[in-house]
Amino acid sequence: MNKKLFDFKTKTIVATGLGAALFMLLFMYVKVPTGIPETQIQTAYGVGGFFAALFGPIAGGLIAFIGHFLSDSVQYGSAWMSWVIASGVTCFIIGMVYPKLAVEEGRFDKKDMILYNVYQIVGNIIGWVIVAPVLDIVIYAEPVNLVFTQGVVAAICNAVSAGVIGTILLKLYSKAHASKGSLTKE
Amino acid sequence: MKAKLFDYVERDNFVFNLSGLTKIVSFFCLTFAVMFSYDIRVILAIMVFSFVVLHVSEIKFSQIKLMLYYALIFLVMNFALTFIFNPQYGVEIYGTYHEIFRFTERYVVTQEQLLYQITKLFKYASVIPLGMMFLLTTNPSEFAASLNSIGVSYKATYALALTLRYFPDMIRDYNDIALAQQSRGLDLSKKEKLGTRVKNIMNICVPLIFSTMDRIELISNAMDLRGFGKMKKRTWYSRKPLTKNDYISMVFCVLVFIGTICVSTFINHGRFWNPFI
Repeated sequence: MNKKLFDFKTKTIVATGLGAALFMLLFMYVKVPTGIPETQIQTAYGVGGFFAALFGPIAGGLIAFIGHFLSDSVQYGSAWMSWVIASGVTCFIIGMVYPKLAVEEGRFDKKDMILYNVYQIVGNIIGWVIVAPVLDIVIYAEPVNLVFTQGVVAAICNAVSAGVIGTILLKLYSKAHASKGSLTKE
Repeated sequence: MKAKLFDYVERDNFVFNLSGLTKIVSFFCLTFAVMFSYDIRVILAIMVFSFVVLHVSEIKFSQIKLMLYYALIFLVMNFALTFIFNPQYGVEIYGTYHEIFRFTERYVVTQEQLLYQITKLFKYASVIPLGMMFLLTTNPSEFAASLNSIGVSYKATYALALTLRYFPDMIRDYNDIALAQQSRGLDLSKKEKLGTRVKNIMNICVPLIFSTMDRIELISNAMDLRGFGKMKKRTWYSRKPLTKNDYISMVFCVLVFIGTICVSTFINHGRFWNPFI
């Protein structure tokens, strides 16, 4: 199947909508404490990565953007825009891996796994160590060393989440779908 | 876990009767004004204004209580962290040094730092009522319609409408699965070890995600069958026509935004109001 990077079919739209709802739910309620106070591993980024790898950069970016924006708004009354944008950028970059994978055809081997993780680590570093702190400084004039420390911690937590949970989900999903030519003639 | 976070209750007053478009434009104008300015006078004025509007909109305190607590915790955390990480940031910004008292060599409380941090505190605090109001007074299905009318692609806004529509369903599914798994003996409470708890959480999330994937298939087929996405434009059932009040509110908020920028460029000569020079 030939996949275009910036496809926006009906299915992509629906996946974006429901993915964002899922992202929002996990973002608000399902967190794993790390032991460091006020730092939690957000399981939502695992799902964000999973959807980005399945449906492409636009879906991934919008899922994280909408999901993060709404959950922030519902919880705090207003969204922390710089981090919302960083979330979107991270999942957008993870989505770049989409044309190279064929998970829905049942293929997710070691090579794909490495590929996905390289993209997700790059995405998290760009999103949280570059985009988030820079926007924090530009929009909110936050102190420089504070935002970079927060950024590095966030990058590590989210990369762990996107790496572990995302990879497990992709593996499970590929197993649930029969791969092409898996039937043999007897 | 409460599914009622988004409870939109229809009321009949000035704020509720405005169209979604007006609310979006006003919300963004006021939010950007507050984000841009570091002048405590401007910020306090907008804050007072947003609390007045909050009062006019007749939102009950019980509706926003939880949000306020979360926001308060966040603000206190940010206030403390800013001081711990950079106790002299105010001095850097304002370029003067007025010591009040000192804890240690590094942690000196200065008037500049105090002004910077208090300004920042109000800056965040003043946006909160705006966001809450926007969220609680806008009909979710009208939200997408009005985003579309300010130029966002209807495909993206349709995704947002789907999110708002399916979020409560998602919470219900999550609860159903969690209860079903717990009745089979899965422990999610703090008694269980962390590793097992993570695994147990995954045991709830995986069925939730996979049932969502099935649902995506179902909904996108239904939409395709009804010819979704064939045209460049679409109409919205819940779009409200603009009234006189809408225009008045929009013009007022745009003026506030322009005013804030004018104050920054012509009076303060920068984003910060500096009373120390």
